Amino acid sequence: MSEVQNFKVTIDNITLEVPPGTTILNAARMIGGEVTPPAMCYYSKLQGSGGKCRTCLVEVSKGSEKDPRPMPKLVASCRTTVMDGMEVKNITSEKVLDARKGVVEMLLINHPLDCPVCDQAGECHLQDLSYEHGGSGTRYEFDRRTFEKEDIGEYISLHMTRCILCYRCVYTAEQLTERREHGVLERGDHAEISTLLGKSLDNEFIGNVIDVCPVGALTDKTFRFKNRVWFTKPVDAHCNCTKCSGKVRLWMRGDEVFRVTARKDKWGEVEEWICNDCRFHKKDVKDWTIEGPSKIDRHSVIGQGHYVGLKKTPILIDKVIGKNPKMLMDIHDVSDVNKPEIHLSQIQGPAHSDDFQKKDK
Amino acid sequence: MQKLTNRSAAVDRSPMTFSERIYIPSIMKGMAITVGHIFKKKVTVSYPEEKRPFSPVFRGLHILNRDEAGRERCTACGLCALACPAEAITMEAAERKPGEENLYREEKYAAKYEINMLRCIFCGYCEEACPKDAVYLSETLMPSNYSRKSFIYKKEDLLIPHPKTQDGAK
Repeated sequence: MSEVQNFKVTIDNITLEVPPGTTILNAARMIGGEVTPPAMCYYSKLQGSGGKCRTCLVEVSKGSEKDPRPMPKLVASCRTTVMDGMEVKNITSEKVLDARKGVVEMLLINHPLDCPVCDQAGECHLQDLSYEHGGSGTRYEFDRRTFEKEDIGEYISLHMTRCILCYRCVYTAEQLTERREHGVLERGDHAEISTLLGKSLDNEFIGNVIDVCPVGALTDKTFRFKNRVWFTKPVDAHCNCTKCSGKVRLWMRGDEVFRVTARKDKWGEVEEWICNDCRFHKKDVKDWTIEGPSKIDRHSVIGQGHYVGLKKTPILIDKVIGKNPKMLMDIHDVSDVNKPEIHLSQIQGPAHSDDFQKKDK
Repeated sequence: MQKLTNRSAAVDRSPMTFSERIYIPSIMKGMAITVGHIFKKKVTVSYPEEKRPFSPVFRGLHILNRDEAGRERCTACGLCALACPAEAITMEAAERKPGEENLYREEKYAAKYEINMLRCIFCGYCEEACPKDAVYLSETLMPSNYSRKSFIYKKEDLLIPHPKTQDGAK
């Protein structure tokens, strides 16, 4: 059997050899860094994803060695496979940067500016994308589309106004769970993610749609409004789960587990899917074996806490003077926030005004 | 060694002259400066009676703003706490229940909001970070106190009076 001839492809003047059938996006990911086009809908772990959001547009300045004509239009790099001798321009092309700016503007036409309320803020791909590639204003003058709020079960909350229709969650449900119960209804501007006739999503692995969602359309209801993402500390942990690998990322505050998600790689994609049981029901440190703080990109706001170790530095003053130092004020005597006896992480769903009143008594 | 500036001078160690030894010319010179200040303009302000005008960019105690209908503007987004270099701001968020729409502007609100004025350095970053126009630094000086407890400002201490129910009540 003859060895398959690798294709030579040049992306932003960087040449590499990839096996035939590789998409331009995946070839660019092999190089990494700024050369990689952003992707909102493509997900390497989901078959058939991609080709919808158009953020990964690139310019092909030379089609292949045999046919060196450039492609007439910008192409979606997640759906276009490389040819031998292909030359691709991403950040070196003025046309691509301009088109991407337009795509971001299109995606933001109907996206509400409710980042202060949204739980995804801080780990939102659309936030990153618009910050890096978007313009500062919008030219759209009309009302944004709105939807009636729909309840899709006790674990996942759906905000259809924030959806960018990437179809990732649909593929996730199709490929991970036994039965897909949600999909995209209606057409065009009315298209919306929904379950037909108000069903709730409760398949075993359906919680993964939360991780897959690039925006805040699908969020964890058990974490809803509990804390901001960047104030919780990400910690890698595992447990013996019979249904999934049990390798997760815990988002903790003190010794409380506020949220459990799957671990994500540098492209923001889930490394291993986790089951609903691990995600929604194991909100106790005792359920987990903690491995250590997660590695967070230093440009991310999530890294603002600079958690490098889990061990607390020992306070040696009591050993030196032989007694505990006199406290001038215990902050918990005065402060209402972060009371040691209140466990926000234990409340099912978001906290309400009566949750705090109960605790005040 | 190369000199960094031209201002350094060698120490003069020659013996003092007679006029230097009796010190009187030096004392007279010093007294002249002291007496001269009596006739100059006073630079001090006798504080409680007389107050210096605030600079237009003065940053004092924080307030939490309400909108025209008296609803709290803060949505507990945490950006003020993130921007705070002194880590003085803490908060806990809650979801608005049906029937509380007249109290809170957004779906999410700050159930607890605290500023530790012992930590605060009045840099005004929180005001700059706020996307909802909720936190502002006023022109009020922070009152001093003997106990530390009074420096933990809670949401009730920070909120401005309700424009309809509490207007003019102060």
